[in-house]
Amino acid sequence: MKIPEVQDKPRDVREDLLDVRGLSVAVRAGRSWRTLVDGVDLAIGGGEAVGLVGESGSGKSMTARALLGLTPPGARVTGDIAFDSDQVTTMNRRALRELRARRVAMVFQDPRAHINPVRSVGDFLTEAMIANLGVAAAEAHARAVRLLADVGIPDGERRLRQYPHELSGGLLQRVMIASVLAVEPDLVLADEPTTALDVTTQSEVMAILDELRRERGMAMLLITHDLALAAATCDRISVMYAGRIVETQPSTTLTATPRHPYTSGLMLSRPSIDTVADRLPVIPGRPVAAFESGEGCAFEPRCGHAKPHCRDLRPPVQDVEGARVACVRAGELTLRGDVDV
Amino acid sequence: MRFLLRRLAGLAVVLVVASFLVYGLLYLVPGGPMAFLLGNRSGTPEQIAAIREQYRLDDPFLVRYLAWLGDAVQGDFGSSLVYRQDVSALLTARGTTTALLVGYATAVIVVVGVAAGTVAGLRPGRADAVISTLSSASLAVPTFVIGVLLVIVFALGLGWFPVFGPGEGFLGRLHHLTLPAITLSLGSAAFLARITRASVREELGREHVETARSRGLAERHVIRRHVLRNASIPVVTVTGLTVAGLLAGSVVVENVFALDGLGSLFVRAILQRDFAVVQAVVLVLVTAFVLVNLVVDLCCKALDPRLSR
Repeated sequence: MKIPEVQDKPRDVREDLLDVRGLSVAVRAGRSWRTLVDGVDLAIGGGEAVGLVGESGSGKSMTARALLGLTPPGARVTGDIAFDSDQVTTMNRRALRELRARRVAMVFQDPRAHINPVRSVGDFLTEAMIANLGVAAAEAHARAVRLLADVGIPDGERRLRQYPHELSGGLLQRVMIASVLAVEPDLVLADEPTTALDVTTQSEVMAILDELRRERGMAMLLITHDLALAAATCDRISVMYAGRIVETQPSTTLTATPRHPYTSGLMLSRPSIDTVADRLPVIPGRPVAAFESGEGCAFEPRCGHAKPHCRDLRPPVQDVEGARVACVRAGELTLRGDVDV
Repeated sequence: MRFLLRRLAGLAVVLVVASFLVYGLLYLVPGGPMAFLLGNRSGTPEQIAAIREQYRLDDPFLVRYLAWLGDAVQGDFGSSLVYRQDVSALLTARGTTTALLVGYATAVIVVVGVAAGTVAGLRPGRADAVISTLSSASLAVPTFVIGVLLVIVFALGLGWFPVFGPGEGFLGRLHHLTLPAITLSLGSAAFLARITRASVREELGREHVETARSRGLAERHVIRRHVLRNASIPVVTVTGLTVAGLLAGSVVVENVFALDGLGSLFVRAILQRDFAVVQAVVLVLVTAFVLVNLVVDLCCKALDPRLSR
């Protein structure tokens, strides 16, 4: 099945760097399998930033891990992941290591947990350079200092000698970003890079990440539950619900004219600075995981626009004026987007 | 450096308190020290006077204590009532045996326990199942049973090891100490294997290990530099506590194998009311215990930068 190109792609991108089709991930739960990611299609061009937005448990982190072959042991991964036309799902250990070492790098959510607490910052930054790129220790050290300066940490020499517990969360996340820049990958997977940080440092860290990746021409997959953040940073956004991508649109049109009721609901439930509201509008019900959803549309039980036939069949992905939407009523509905934009 | 000085000062305090307790115990005994020292014997007035003189029983308590402490610091623990020998000379001979035994057992515990635990932690499945079963069994069997079994199989049955006697020369002594050391270490090695396994498992699931893998580092590198390195911290702590415990555990083993060590000396001294020896042995054991703990603390500090302040 050939998926039609999304119209609003940047012109200079001829071939997609990453092309994911029908990706599903399931893990064993006793005797049965639990689907966490269900038929995800995702494409990222060279230098492009794509946002993957969804609630906790919607499968976005698992999707990102599958791209690196980092799914938990025993997980069942099906579908196609083509990175620069190499199949990730069938890669052997060596190829997979090569992919992780030079081409795709990940910024994790909680730097405090994701950086080894008993090794120095210098060890963390130079480790991959020395082990993977064969850089000499002294050269790696000098590069690490320059990288720290790039991410806005001026006293690099001192920081390299320090240990993670001596740095704030914001600084640590910059260290993590620097470690990713060190290998100059083609694609950065940013898994909620600012969620574990103070609100005040969030925007700083995000700005640094985005600026540096643009300078270096790296593509980015930004995983977040913050639709506004994704809209501000990314060229395109995919919205995920219950392990499936329900809508993909360029950021500007997504915020103005969401096509899926879930996307619209997400935007309406954000507090606005201009209006005083006693109660924020919410999407009724609770989010479900992929394995909990039934035959039909996973969002149907919570959807204000649901019709009886939504329950029968999984809605196919259709093109609606440049948007790719998995909703049978996408064509007929006019949904409210972000009032502020 | 300041940490070390602080710890050494703390060590001195612990030793002073311990020595005070050890010395004071003599005077808490029902019937007073005289009855305790004489036991069932009825001494002549000259003997009683001699004992009073030797133990300075006519001086006030604190004066006696300080005099004893002063001598003890210089290595003079007085002389044994039973052996008619300097206590320090007795201790040196026995102490070497016990130190060798505990050192030998420690080596066995660390090598076997850590290796088995690491294998079990890294390889779930058959290796893990076999090691876990063996360690449960070793933990469940009491020391003296293991000792007797080993003697029956390896000394009497196969004749690989001697049953008793100290042995000649360093290698000879090690040969003689092999069965006792294995007996002493089996339970602790099993315990350490369990701790190591749990620690390795826990580190394997840590987020920073996922980071290391996501960076394309070789699995061997990840295991060595991140999993084992971090897992070693609790293992070192537990090893230290275990070794300290061996000092006490050696009493049983020395009796089973009829070794002339501190433990057997201690038990006999208590039974024979040889008080100078009891005081000296307790003091030596406490010192060893505290020193082992100091070494463990230093190791942990070196391994875990979060403990530095």
